[in-house]
Amino acid sequence: MLPNLVKRQLPSRSMVYLSPVLAFLLSLLAGVILFIIMRVSPLAALHAFFVEPLSSAYNLSELGVKATPLVLIGVALSLGFKAGVWNIGAEGQLTIGGLCGGAVALFFYEKEGIHIIPLMLLAGVLGGMAWAAIVAFLRVKFNANEILTSLMLSYVAGLFLNFMVHGPLKDPDGFNFPESRLFSDSAIIPVILEGTRLHLGAIMALISVVLGWVILSRSLLGYQIKVAGSAPAASEHAGFSKSRIIWVTLLTGGGVAGLAGVLEVAGPIGQLLPNISPGYGFTAIIVAYVGRLHPVGALFAGLLMAVTYLGGETAQIQLNLPVAVTGVFQGLLLFFLLACDILIYYRIQFGKPALAVEKS
Amino acid sequence: MELFIPALLTIITAATPLLFAALGEMVTEKSGILNLGVEGMMVMGAITGFVIVNYTGSVTLAIGASILAGVLMAALFALLVLTFHASQVPTGLALTIFGIGLSALVGQNMIGIAYEGIPKISIPYLSDIPVIGTLLFHQDILVYISLIMVALIYLFLNKTRAGLILRAVGDSHDAAHAMGYSVMRIRLMATLFGGGMAGLGGAYLSLAYSPLWVEQMTAGRGWIALALVVFASWRTGRILFGAYLFGGISILQLHAQALGIGVPSQVMSMLPYLATILVLVITSSDQTQIRLNAPASLGRTFQPSR
Amino acid sequence: MNSNPDYLIELQGMTKAFPGVLANDSVDLRIEPGEVHALLGENGAGKSTLVKMIYGILKPDSGTVHFQGKPVIIDTPARARDLGIAMVFQHFSLFDSLSVVENISLGMDRKVDLSTLANEIIQVSERYGLPLDPHRHVYTLSVGERQRIEIVRCLLQNPKLLVMDEPTSVLTPQEVKKLFITLNRLAEEGLAILYISHKLDEIKALCHKATILRNGKRVATVDVDTESTSSLATMMMGEEMKKNQEKRAAVVGEIRLQAHGLNMIAPDSTGISLKDIHLEVRAGEVVGIAGVAGNGQDELLKALNGEDSCKNNECIIIDGKHSGRLDPNARRKAGLASVPEKRLGHGAVPDMNLVDNAFMTGFSRMGLLVKGLINYRKTRNFAHQVIDDFAVKTPGSNVQADSLSGGNLQKFIIGRELSQRPDILIVSQPTWGVDAGAAQTIRQALRELAAQGAAMLIISQDLDELMEISDRIGAICGGRLSKFYPTAEMTVEKVGLLMAGVSLDEGDTNAA
Repeated sequence: MLPNLVKRQLPSRSMVYLSPVLAFLLSLLAGVILFIIMRVSPLAALHAFFVEPLSSAYNLSELGVKATPLVLIGVALSLGFKAGVWNIGAEGQLTIGGLCGGAVALFFYEKEGIHIIPLMLLAGVLGGMAWAAIVAFLRVKFNANEILTSLMLSYVAGLFLNFMVHGPLKDPDGFNFPESRLFSDSAIIPVILEGTRLHLGAIMALISVVLGWVILSRSLLGYQIKVAGSAPAASEHAGFSKSRIIWVTLLTGGGVAGLAGVLEVAGPIGQLLPNISPGYGFTAIIVAYVGRLHPVGALFAGLLMAVTYLGGETAQIQLNLPVAVTGVFQGLLLFFLLACDILIYYRIQFGKPALAVEKS
Repeated sequence: MELFIPALLTIITAATPLLFAALGEMVTEKSGILNLGVEGMMVMGAITGFVIVNYTGSVTLAIGASILAGVLMAALFALLVLTFHASQVPTGLALTIFGIGLSALVGQNMIGIAYEGIPKISIPYLSDIPVIGTLLFHQDILVYISLIMVALIYLFLNKTRAGLILRAVGDSHDAAHAMGYSVMRIRLMATLFGGGMAGLGGAYLSLAYSPLWVEQMTAGRGWIALALVVFASWRTGRILFGAYLFGGISILQLHAQALGIGVPSQVMSMLPYLATILVLVITSSDQTQIRLNAPASLGRTFQPSR
Repeated sequence: MNSNPDYLIELQGMTKAFPGVLANDSVDLRIEPGEVHALLGENGAGKSTLVKMIYGILKPDSGTVHFQGKPVIIDTPARARDLGIAMVFQHFSLFDSLSVVENISLGMDRKVDLSTLANEIIQVSERYGLPLDPHRHVYTLSVGERQRIEIVRCLLQNPKLLVMDEPTSVLTPQEVKKLFITLNRLAEEGLAILYISHKLDEIKALCHKATILRNGKRVATVDVDTESTSSLATMMMGEEMKKNQEKRAAVVGEIRLQAHGLNMIAPDSTGISLKDIHLEVRAGEVVGIAGVAGNGQDELLKALNGEDSCKNNECIIIDGKHSGRLDPNARRKAGLASVPEKRLGHGAVPDMNLVDNAFMTGFSRMGLLVKGLINYRKTRNFAHQVIDDFAVKTPGSNVQADSLSGGNLQKFIIGRELSQRPDILIVSQPTWGVDAGAAQTIRQALRELAAQGAAMLIISQDLDELMEISDRIGAICGGRLSKFYPTAEMTVEKVGLLMAGVSLDEGDTNAA
């Protein structure tokens, strides 16, 4: 009496929404097992991971700070992934965006003016776009696989930032530490809640969700993205240019990742460091998937991933757990989601397959 | 001359992990499976080997454990892709993310521990030949294994019936299924083999190349191995060539300072990544080559009809 | 369960259900050695299911099989081959990147080294008139040659029963004749052949007995010689076949679509390049292009539709305007619509619902895009209009395209294009794999559109269909287009010559 997988006649709509929930529960279960193996009280660990981050107003605001880049990039990547354009180098685009925005901030060091922040944001977006444009160009012109090129460029971007903070952008009075000067006040993104670090970027993230939703569900571009991703030949038949979709989705992803980068350096960090992101660009891939490649889903998934980041930090402080647990949990979540997705197309049936004809 | 031999040795040590991982991934891809989790499998191989060698002192056990770690990671991938019909690209990404996280977790107490590196084996008489002797016949066991694997994989793919079946499954899973070959079983074996090879590549990194543990010590080598498979257009001999070509780039990286080239170290470190992009661009622009050599069902989910 | 040992194979009560359909309902079948037995039925009648059970690809839900009088369970293709059953598939199970001998080796259960096998291939291919070079790579071969690989592979196993699934759909009439000579010779040598087809004249010409399936049930088993094609047709379709209406003479107007020295180089060596295509289609006429699959039909449709755009603008002329560089959408606005051969994934998006699929090519001509946003109310109305007008059988407009049957999806796609009232319509394989009722509806709709003054270009492998529907006919072979001739002056044999790339003008056209 082994369970059988029986193909559904129609994909299950409820499973589309239930499978992330199921995946989350399974990841929790796996987490409990992991904690037991590590000889940590599962209850204490789960409390640190999932309750603590939600337990005070300040922690909730920190959640928003962490979720901001994840949601922003997650929404933008959803568009690309839906079109079958695998930009997995958002981390690099974020890095270059942060670097460009940061360079503008340092250029206006100790200067006043309301033009500084818009210029920084613009520089960040353009920097991210330029980094992604390389990928788009190589893909369209030479057919070079964007997964590999975007990822290689992430490593290059990381090294480039490292070089800049060791060299040209190093704080002249910083005792040779590889850090830039602290940005002036006029180059710091305004905080929207007094006493927290929650900044204007959070609002931008929410706008990106709405914008992404409208684009994907109602616009011609969104329609073209969906067709291109699910049936490339049909897309050509309808006359939707493949190169245009590659360019648009990569530039969007790069621009938004760049924006997230500059928001990080001009927000919570406030200067340029050799490392400006704990892998937000990669985690955003999971955000996009767990969010079902849907902007609203990305919002929830981004918040969930922010919880794991924050929880990881709490668990490190309280229980001396390594930060790496966060990465393991995120990886597990994506695994379970991919596995649970089979339930959209199949249902589990126990016992022998029935002979009778199923009526729809 | 005193610079020449170390430089060539660098090529070999830098090429070997790439060679293992790329050979394994090529076999996997030949069966039609695109496993983007090479980086994750490699890094798990690296940490597992390092942990075992530190606890047991046995190189053999360490290498075996690395292979096993790679195989287990690949089994996870196979479970999702073959049993649950998950699409291969995101599953491979998940494997990499998971592997990097898990290796960091396992290796948290391993940072800072040094290991003297696995011993070199001199082949009697041959290793006494000047220059060539040191280069070719005074290496560690993994280098020898990597070169033997090149020959074995070449023979397997081109001269054996099992190799023919593997290529057939990669060319058209539907046709292979219709003929009664077990697409699932063959792909499972190929995926596990790829995992084991990636594990070996990882073992070489933490046991021989730089015998210590650093988080994410693979530093994108798994991805470079993936690019090498495209560069080699799925041919064994060209994988060998490609891996040693990338080894050559690493000499520049390591010996640039010694040669007195005034380029910042970060820029030198970018070279392998930039070279990968360049190589991809050159090979990908010839689509005819790719289409004739790439396994036709690469990356496509196989669901036997009813 | 008694079994007569005179029969080579005897199936009793074969039943197989799939979700939503009973594909085979207690089907019986008996074949003697040396007999050519036809399995006759419409698309969807259950022929493929039955032969897949015979070949061990599908497991029957119930039913028994006796082979040479002994009860057997055929659970794998290897078991089938072991018994002496060989099968030539409709869609060839071939590996493009491998050579002929490697391909054949993979289909053999006994282990032979490749050079010995190559010699055996040459022997068999010479003996039965099936020329084949063992060392060629499959992707370099024509469809006819590919079929030969399958047949030779089967013959090398010295089978007792050869199953052939619609073998002639990929052949020219001349090639069909040659194949029949080979098959007759094999039958004389004692081989039993199960021949699956829905083409009645072929069955009359080749087969001894016929088992007719309809809706998964066996309707009858008859001696072919005692039946007429019309009596076979009646059994196959369940009612007297509706006689097609008389074709009225087309009222031909001005030139709507013109291709002029159209060249299109294939992106790689596995594709077909279009060479110097000349073509004109006038308002009100139906022009047919025959051809064996894989001779550039797809490429031609893509070039005319604008999916592959030309280098020079003059090579395609729509209503007198140079249009070679227009994209498909611009051509659609200019009045040109098209229906590609492959429905799922080319003509329609499999995992999108019918409303979204209606939008796919309908958005500009039907005004479904308002201020840059999709107007879903209008789009839904358009989808419903198509579903109603073309009698698409579907539970609603919100089901995915891939849940529709082939015939219904084709009605939807053709309906989507026809509802936009195009001036020029190009259709590839309008009724391929479509059940008889839907095929009738589709041909009817196409004729009506032409009668209303549209220029119609039909690309099809079904010669009977082209002879019936088109006013002028030509053929495509190796990416080259033949001259076009009035259908009334043509015979199946003459079109067959065009399909093989032979020019009719070189020889004596009247004597052919």
